[in-house]
Amino acid sequence: MNSNKQDHRDMNHSAKNWFKSGSPWVWLTAAAVSASIIMVAGLLALIAVRGLSHFWPTPVMVADYHESDTRTVHIIGEIRDSESVPLARLHANGETIKSDSESITRYLLRVGNRDIQGLDFRWVLKPKLSQQHYPDAVMVIERREWGNFYGHLQAIKEDGKVVKEGDRAWDALQQRIARTQKIFSEIREIEKDDIGAINYRLERLRLDERHMEIANNNDADDRASISRERAVLQARYKGLQQKLVQLYADIGRDVLVAKTGEGRVVDIPLSKVVRAYRPNAMSFLKKCLFYAEKLWEFVSDEPREANTEGGILPAIFGTVMMVILMSIFVTPFGVVAAVYLREYAKQGPLTRTIRIAVNNLAGVPSIVYGVFGLGFFVYFLGGSLDQLFYPEALPAPTFGTPGILWSSLTLALLTLPVVIVATEEGLSRIPKSIREGSLALGATKAETLWRTVLPMASPAMMTGLILAIARAAGEVAPLMLVGVVKLAPSLPLDTNAPFLHLERKFMHLGFHIYDVGFQSPNVEAARPLVYATSLLLVLVIIALNLTAIAVRNHLREKYRALES
Amino acid sequence: MTIPAQDTSEALQKALHNTRHRRLRALKDRFAQWSIAAGGVGVIIAIVLIFFYLVWVTLPLFQPASLHKTAQYPAPGDADAVTRYLAMEEQHEIGVRFTDRGQVVFFAANNGKIISQVNSKLPKNIGITSFTAGAPNKATVAYGLDDGRAQVLRHVYDVTFPGDHRLITPRLENPLGDAPLVVDPKKHPLVQLAVQVGEDTATLVAATDDHRLLLLGLEKSESLLDDGEWTTTRTELQAPAAPITHIILNLDQRELYAADQEGRISFYDIRDKSAPRLVHTVAAVRDGVQISALQFLSGGISIMVGGSDGSLSQWFPVRDSHNNYTLSAIRRFDPLTGPVTSITPEFSRKGFMAAGQRGQFNIYHSTAHSTVLRKTLSKYSVNQLAIAPRANALLLEDASQQIQFYLVDNEHPEISWSSLWSKVWYEGYDAPQYLWQSSSASNDYEPKFSLTPITFGTLKAAFYAMLFAIPLAILGAIYTSYFMAPRMRRLVKPSIEIMEALPTVILGFLAGLWLAPFLEKHLPGVFSLLIILPVGVLLFAYLWQCAPKLLRDCVPEGWEGALLIPVIILISWAAISISQPMEQWFFQGDIRKWLSNDMGIQFDQRNSLVVGLAMGFAVIPTIFSIAEDAIFGVPKHLTQGSLALGATPWQTLSRVVILTASPGIFSAIMIGLGRAVGETMIVLMATGNTPVMDFSIFQGMRTLSANVAVEMPEAEVGSTHYRVLFLAATVLFAATFLFNTAAEVVRQRLRKKYSNL
Repeated sequence: MNSNKQDHRDMNHSAKNWFKSGSPWVWLTAAAVSASIIMVAGLLALIAVRGLSHFWPTPVMVADYHESDTRTVHIIGEIRDSESVPLARLHANGETIKSDSESITRYLLRVGNRDIQGLDFRWVLKPKLSQQHYPDAVMVIERREWGNFYGHLQAIKEDGKVVKEGDRAWDALQQRIARTQKIFSEIREIEKDDIGAINYRLERLRLDERHMEIANNNDADDRASISRERAVLQARYKGLQQKLVQLYADIGRDVLVAKTGEGRVVDIPLSKVVRAYRPNAMSFLKKCLFYAEKLWEFVSDEPREANTEGGILPAIFGTVMMVILMSIFVTPFGVVAAVYLREYAKQGPLTRTIRIAVNNLAGVPSIVYGVFGLGFFVYFLGGSLDQLFYPEALPAPTFGTPGILWSSLTLALLTLPVVIVATEEGLSRIPKSIREGSLALGATKAETLWRTVLPMASPAMMTGLILAIARAAGEVAPLMLVGVVKLAPSLPLDTNAPFLHLERKFMHLGFHIYDVGFQSPNVEAARPLVYATSLLLVLVIIALNLTAIAVRNHLREKYRALES
Repeated sequence: MTIPAQDTSEALQKALHNTRHRRLRALKDRFAQWSIAAGGVGVIIAIVLIFFYLVWVTLPLFQPASLHKTAQYPAPGDADAVTRYLAMEEQHEIGVRFTDRGQVVFFAANNGKIISQVNSKLPKNIGITSFTAGAPNKATVAYGLDDGRAQVLRHVYDVTFPGDHRLITPRLENPLGDAPLVVDPKKHPLVQLAVQVGEDTATLVAATDDHRLLLLGLEKSESLLDDGEWTTTRTELQAPAAPITHIILNLDQRELYAADQEGRISFYDIRDKSAPRLVHTVAAVRDGVQISALQFLSGGISIMVGGSDGSLSQWFPVRDSHNNYTLSAIRRFDPLTGPVTSITPEFSRKGFMAAGQRGQFNIYHSTAHSTVLRKTLSKYSVNQLAIAPRANALLLEDASQQIQFYLVDNEHPEISWSSLWSKVWYEGYDAPQYLWQSSSASNDYEPKFSLTPITFGTLKAAFYAMLFAIPLAILGAIYTSYFMAPRMRRLVKPSIEIMEALPTVILGFLAGLWLAPFLEKHLPGVFSLLIILPVGVLLFAYLWQCAPKLLRDCVPEGWEGALLIPVIILISWAAISISQPMEQWFFQGDIRKWLSNDMGIQFDQRNSLVVGLAMGFAVIPTIFSIAEDAIFGVPKHLTQGSLALGATPWQTLSRVVILTASPGIFSAIMIGLGRAVGETMIVLMATGNTPVMDFSIFQGMRTLSANVAVEMPEAEVGSTHYRVLFLAATVLFAATFLFNTAAEVVRQRLRKKYSNL
């Protein structure tokens, strides 16, 4: 009894001591670090899991749903999410369900068939579901319009006549989808590439003509050559048009007949089908193959359905293109400015002020650069360029409108401080002895710079450039003002001379995330794609940053060796 | 010994070559020096240019208006007649003068040459007793006659382009038929008149010489076959006791104001033409002063009252809580020195001009509550003023019948210090407010450019972000730099720093689409985490302290952080999973309803809490990294000295290290703040972007940066809206530049201090 009391007092005492020692505060600081790390890791894990799981074929559930006491429907769908809801909230929403527990599980089902039911997704309450099963025969069709279709395959029709029915129809369906797919890509090639090129050249001819008009050039030869060329192009256009008519007839040949969950029978033309699969019947290996196929489609295909389906190739292409252009602008200017500040400028209060100012510019909000880019580059420079060099296109602006050139210039300005600071740091790390050695051997200052200093500082420049690229790749706010669009009709690089079209607008990964996630009409359907896009962007940026860190560390090691 | 000639020449050539080579090298060197200097200075100038360009675009906002006199000529047409009205067309090429004898003279505005002279087809032998002009953009005028009738006219300008040149041909038309309209069946002279003609309704109001106030309403009957017939309604209104001096009728023919000789204004509701109603009468000027001018501002909501004492005030009907309208004085403007003779509103903005008996001429803007220009333009009293529809030219006629023609440069009168930053009483509102509403479909709309709500939103977002980020980042930095094992530090620091490079668009997307619904669902759990987490960690730490030494030795000192990771995950998971039961027990199953019903707090799904967490997350790496460097850089002999004197590590830290490194921590916070203030994508995506002035954590906000991002692409180049957005960008630029410079200066000083120690 007594010793117990003693123990108690001891414990009290030790708790007080423990507090006095300050170690609880240490633990709290440790908790802050741990929380930060958990958040970082959790965020990456969240993006990765949600992004990567999107491509995995989800089993499709078939069940009876008792919508009300008197109405039961047969539903087919993928379970996309589940949550438990307090009963009170359900009652407030007008649900009349009764239950013993205080909360109820509900599922978010992707039921597809938007053309028939109006909505892709619906919430269902678990207690109202019965007869849940996952039959092999249930089929998912990815379509070019109206999202996914869920149902059972009935038959295949060719030119309106049923050719295959029942189980045999499935294999035939796959073959026929492959056939229409081939025709589809042919059509797309003609429409996009061939007709696109003709349209482009026709537009050029129109501008040439207008140019002659403005310049008061009435040379009959020139006019004749223009109309000759136009006639040739129009003839070729007619030929392609005929070919297209033929192809469209071909692609419309096959139609599949399918039954939805409610029992409605619908015809789906194969020309609208991207792929059809039976997720419940797939083996693990098949699922893996399917996953790889979808992943490849994601990075190599163009978007469908207002960017909510398909791939993100144009966005990847646009981002890369813009970043390359930006690097071309930012590297020389950044390096020259750094070399000037470090090697040529007289070190004093002025250079110190400039250095602080440059440093601070890295902290200026990116939207401010966007505003500057819009006002100065787009409206002022672009507008003037249009007046001088493209009067024939006016009042339609050529460069006086947001485009990839202005975007890359704006981002070059934005990332200039990064390159300057990194290069300067690299230059300052080069030991004086090396410079002096070179000068002592009779080299001029320029030669020393060019042959010794700059090569040694090149990894630092690389670091700066990589960091700049990482920043530019993730920046969205300024781009929204100076050139990015949700859907670019044509890439800034194509096969029409002069191949590089700097005035064009482009798509960008970051903006794609913003646009699809927030401006899309069907956010729920698009969400997994946004996660996948985010994952890609995060991976690229983390990889770039890690590279920069590795280069920097390598550099430090190298000079440490030199100095000793 | 002789040197062979050939050798000599070779050596010579070599030497020559060498010199040339050396000269070339020197040239190259100089060239490099100059080009690098030019390039470097160029880049620096380009950077500086950003700031100057922003300022250059915003400057016109604050430039005062100016007048440029281009011509003066005697009033064209009949010299004996008195001008009743002057007007100009869109291009300010042609002016028009209506005289009291019914003559209409179109003339070239810049030299007074008569283009055409039309007699307004008034019946013969009938005197003109009054004149009125409708809303300026409708170009309708009316003569009141001494037999109780009124003639309504419209001046129209046809623009054609013969031979690529603009040709404007003026003409007169009679919108309500050629014959004068009978306003007073008793045939008394109309001494005051007001008219408005719309698409298919028209209203005339007149005061007769026997103090009656009469209303004539016309409505076009709907007919598919022909133009439709005008049906008329005649009513008599309750006239004020004193003789009426002015009548004005608003654009949509719903409200009527009549001023009388005793300085009172009667406000009539004439929505129902057959039963007009006198709402009430107010004294609009001081006792003994008369109302000398009465005009609507564009849009037909506000009326401007000019007094014989030179006073100018703005009035409009304000709705009270019982839905009754009372005509209220909104603001008073700088008075003129003599009686106000003429007030002219601009066509599409809320600006107006006023001129007085002593030749004084002022330009005002009502929303900005400012006097944009102040001048004396004549020795005589100013009789008539006319402004071009684009507010870029002005005609002024004085008592000596001289017309002066001015070009007006008044691009952005709606901006003043008070309209940007103070509460403004906008038309149609019942009290002064801070509002940002830049655009609307209607042309007569009063733009609301108050930067206060969006600046407030910026600070609010930054505040919540910093509230979340500062404790985590600073405490984390303390632990990482001072207690953490070096091996773990090498891992932790870069991984937190990499987060700095994470695109904010991703954070914004997650905040908007994942975090916001998550928080909404688990609100009680998340708030309980604030208490449970520190308590749980301390509890765990204490238990760990009491754990057997064997177990404790498994985790070396400096690895507490790693040990805590599973603990924190567990605690968080527990807090989230008890969230729903808590909601059930304490908040009747629905916390949102509880908040709005019981607490009166409005709950937005995308609120400040979401922004605070997401933006805090974005700022943590910035603050962490700089603060960590500062603490880590505290010279080791300081801490060792303190420890040697017997202080515990925590005492050393709190009394020595933190104090020494506090400037560095301060600069870290400043830089973090700069980043939070300027962040765009997170706020854009994680808030509703409504510019509200409410500090509630459950409501959203609109920030300067998001505002610029949303509205900039739609702003017309050079418009006030465009320049105000540039101003917002300049404010952002200046604010962040200030924060960053403060931080940088502090940091440099600190670096010097450390090297001295």
